[in-house]
Order: sequence, then structure tokens, then C-alpha cells
Amino acid sequence: MPELKPMAMALRIVGEDPMAVLGPDSAHLVAYGHQLASMQSVPGVTVLATSAKGVIHARVIVAAGRQIVQPVHLCFGLFERFGTQVVELDVTLEPGSSATLWSHCLFTEAEEATHAMTARIAIQTDASLIYQEVHYHGASGGIEVVPRATVKVGPRARYKADFSLVQGRVGTLDIDYTVDVAEHAVAELTSKVYGFGTDAIRIREQVNLNGEGARGLIKTRVAARERATAEVIGVTHGNAAGARGHVDCMEIVRDHAVVSAIPEVKVTHPQAKVTHEAAIGSVDSKQLETLMARGLDPESAVDLIIRGMLT
Amino acid sequence: MNSPAQPAAEQEKRASDADATSGAPTAGGLLELRGIGLRLGAKEVLCGLNLAVAQGEIHVLLGANGSGKSSLAHLIMGCDGYAPSTGDILFEGRCINAMPIHERARLGITLAWQEPARFEGISVRAYLALGAGAGDPGHHLEAVGLAPSEYLHRAVDKTLSGGERKRIELASAIALRPRLAILDEPSAGIDLLSMDDIVRLIGAIRAAGMTVLLITHQEELALHADRASQLCGGRIVASGAPADVAENYRARRCRRCDGETCEHA
Repeated sequence: MPELKPMAMALRIVGEDPMAVLGPDSAHLVAYGHQLASMQSVPGVTVLATSAKGVIHARVIVAAGRQIVQPVHLCFGLFERFGTQVVELDVTLEPGSSATLWSHCLFTEAEEATHAMTARIAIQTDASLIYQEVHYHGASGGIEVVPRATVKVGPRARYKADFSLVQGRVGTLDIDYTVDVAEHAVAELTSKVYGFGTDAIRIREQVNLNGEGARGLIKTRVAARERATAEVIGVTHGNAAGARGHVDCMEIVRDHAVVSAIPEVKVTHPQAKVTHEAAIGSVDSKQLETLMARGLDPESAVDLIIRGMLT
Repeated sequence: MNSPAQPAAEQEKRASDADATSGAPTAGGLLELRGIGLRLGAKEVLCGLNLAVAQGEIHVLLGANGSGKSSLAHLIMGCDGYAPSTGDILFEGRCINAMPIHERARLGITLAWQEPARFEGISVRAYLALGAGAGDPGHHLEAVGLAPSEYLHRAVDKTLSGGERKRIELASAIALRPRLAILDEPSAGIDLLSMDDIVRLIGAIRAAGMTVLLITHQEELALHADRASQLCGGRIVASGAPADVAENYRARRCRRCDGETCEHA
């Protein structure tokens, strides 16, 4: 296996502590391109991976009833200017387990590269998963990121996912997630993306509230400037009694950027309720003037508002 | 430094005097508004307004709904769309009409908004630290009746109630240690119990030597000031000792200011 030094350096650059991510107590998987650099299981968490025919197949299993305190780290990256990384990821949280999964995606050098991940996530009865995916990109804008996920949230289970791409150029981002939520389960998806230059952003997230009392929230925050484009599609279907869903989209547009928000809410059960709100526009003038009244110049005030929204 | 309340006609006469254009004493004047007019669309909101706020004083501006109080606050701060159509805004004798908000803030002017904006992802701690060195942010929260341990880590977003957000706005304005703090309706949206907090805050502001223009429709607050003025129909119609102005305001208040009631009272 290649050594971990490049990943450790990259983690340091983006402000992460390599020892926390890659240390002996941390369940993790590290892959550069299609090379597996490190893989470690810990009691209660099994991490398996293989690389063949240009695809990494990874599997994370959290054992039934285990409450995993230390985050499980998945580190994917390309440290060359050109390349492709294709990841097939299966995550299973067995009944009554809980864990936090951090996915660090580092493409700081990439000039013409693709990162494609297809994830299948199963959060079984009474289990809980926090999944945080953070991307760190370079300045070239030549990367294409294509995350796909299908998530099954079992009865009374909880799923909280945060996707963040606010450092470096986005390049091309095409997210497509579908989450099925069973009875009395909760799914909360948050995506935060900051595009500029000619970045192209497409985010499609769908939550199907299939079980009685299921809850779902899709929250999207996008800022776009220069000639970036963004299309945000938030879909929530309320299919059972007592299901409650909400789609909350906020986008800030500057310069010549073009963005759209398309909320789709559908209810197939008379006792389900789904709501949505979307706000698209330039920076709110009152927010801007409030910060300027504290002495911030307009550019700093706009930056603070956008950074706050994407925090 | 207090002067008795002056009726409108007398105010206007005084306004015509070269060294008394403010309708109030100008000695040590920090802020002076001379002949200010403001149009918002077709409406003339302020008309020939004169006002002076002396260095170090707590000056209460009393006025009914619609009298132009908040518009005046926005005009002094330099908000978009609130440039005076006539007259000058003088800060330490310097005309700041063309100065953008952040430059006015750097001169030491700030505004605590009547309905403060909310911000996702900005903590109360960070908000209180905006601008110049703000000292201990917890201290500023305590001054407005909020427990630092409960609030410093929270975001200044919609999870705060209106009253909490309002108190944080006041704390933020004071944390800047501005030379002139404009407090726009500080008691609006805050429960009665918290009126005491505001009065305590006024005391703390006074002790810190800051100058305050406190805008309100509640004459009780005027009694804690050094001087007061009454705004009606876009003009200052009375100015002087707080008790006198408050009494004048009570006697001649219009419920919805149309600019006529006081002149005919």
C-alpha cells in the first residue's frame, strides 16, 4: 500500500488533524485514485475495501447495538493533476447502532479529474448515522464530482447528512440522492456549495416519507458568483399518515451567475404534510447594511453573510 | 444643558438662526442635522428638520408611529435610499451626506435596528465582536439581561425569539463602543420586564461616556435621558428637558402622525 504521508499533508492543509483521522483508534479507509492506502477496523466497526478494474468497492458495517463515539473516516483523494476515482460504497448500520461517518474528499491538485461515488446506505431499525462529506478542491475548476446515493432509513432510525463544498472551485458537481424513510424515522439532508468562475452545480435530493410519522428535511444553501450556474431540485413525497417534510432552499446570486430552485412536494396520503420555502436573490440589503453599520466594507460584509450561510 | 420644551413655531424661528439651526443647543455638538428633507417615493417624510445631539448626552427622540423616526435613523446611518433631499448631516462639524454606511460606522456611528436582521451561521459571539475591539462579549450580553453561557454559541438566526434578537442587537451596538449609538425603538418587541433592562442599559451607556440618540414612542424612556426632542410630521416640534418634552408629547400626540396634529394643537 502507498504511504499515508500525502494524505496526512493534505489533511493538515485543509485544517484537519491527521492523527485524529488516521490514528490507531480510528476506523478508516484511505484511497488515492484507485490505490488503497490504508484501511482499519475497530471493535464494532468493520471496514472492508478492494480495488479492481478501476473501481474501489468499500464496505462499512457498524455492528448491532454498538454506539461508536470516534468518527469513522473515509478519505478519498487524487494528488495528481489528472485522473479518475470511482467508488462504490456500502454502509450498513445494524439495528440499534450509531456512528458518525466523515468523508474527506481532497482534490486540491486536480486539473482534469473525475470523482464518482455511488453509495448505498442502510440504517436499520433504531440505528442512527451522521454522515458528513466535505470536499476540498483546488483552484483550477477542472474537477467533476458525481455523488449518487440511495439511503434506506429504517423504522425509528435517524439519518443526518451534510455535504459541503465551499473550499476551492467546485468544477462540475452533480449530486443525486434518494432517501426512503420508514415509520417514525427521521432524515435530514443539508448541502452547502459555493460556486464561482464557470462552476456548474446541480443538486437533486429526494426524500420519500413512506412510513407513518416519518420526518424529512432537505436544506440547501448555495452561493454563486461570476459565471457559475446552479440548479437545485428538492423533492419530498409524503406517502404516509403523519409524515412531515420540509424543503428549504436559499441561494445567493452575484455577478452573472444563474441559479434556480425547483422544489417538488407531493402528498399521497391525506394525513401527510409537506412544505417548502425557497429564497433566491442577491445578498439581503438589510443584512448587508447591518454589518456595514458595524464597520465592515461591502465586500467583507457580503463575504461574511455568504460564509455564514455556508458554515 | 437642558432647555425647556419649545413649541414648533419657536423651533422654526430658532432654526433660522445661523448658530442655532438644530433647534437645540449646539455646544459640544457631535451630531447636527440642518434643514434635513427626505422623500421616499412621493411622500415627504422629513421636512426642514433640525436637530443637534451633544457629545456624551442621552438624547431621546419621541414620536408617534409614522412620524419619521426610523427614517431619520436610517438617514443618519446612511442606509440605501435614505439620502437627504435637502440639508446636511454634520458629524463633528463634518458633512457626511455622501459617506457610505461603513465609513460612518468607522467614524463611530452605529445603529441598533428596530427589527434586526438575522444571520445564518454567525454566532452571537462573532456578531458581538464585529467592528472594533469589543471587550468581553459576555459582559455585553449580561448588560441586556442575557446569560452568556446560553447565548454566545448560538447563531444570530431565526431560532432566536424577537426579544432575544433585539437584546443582542442592543448588546452589539454597545459592544462597539461607538461615539454615537442610534437605538431605534429599543423597547419595541421586548416584554415589560425588560424595560428595566433597557433603563439599566441606558445607565451603562451613560457611564461609558457614549452618546446616544434613543428613538422611541414611549415617553417613559425619555425620563432617563439628558435631553429630548419630539418629532411630528417630519419636523422637530419640541426640544428640551425630557420631562417637558414628554409632557408635550403626551398632550399633543397624534396616534398616527400625519404632520398636522401638533401644528394645530
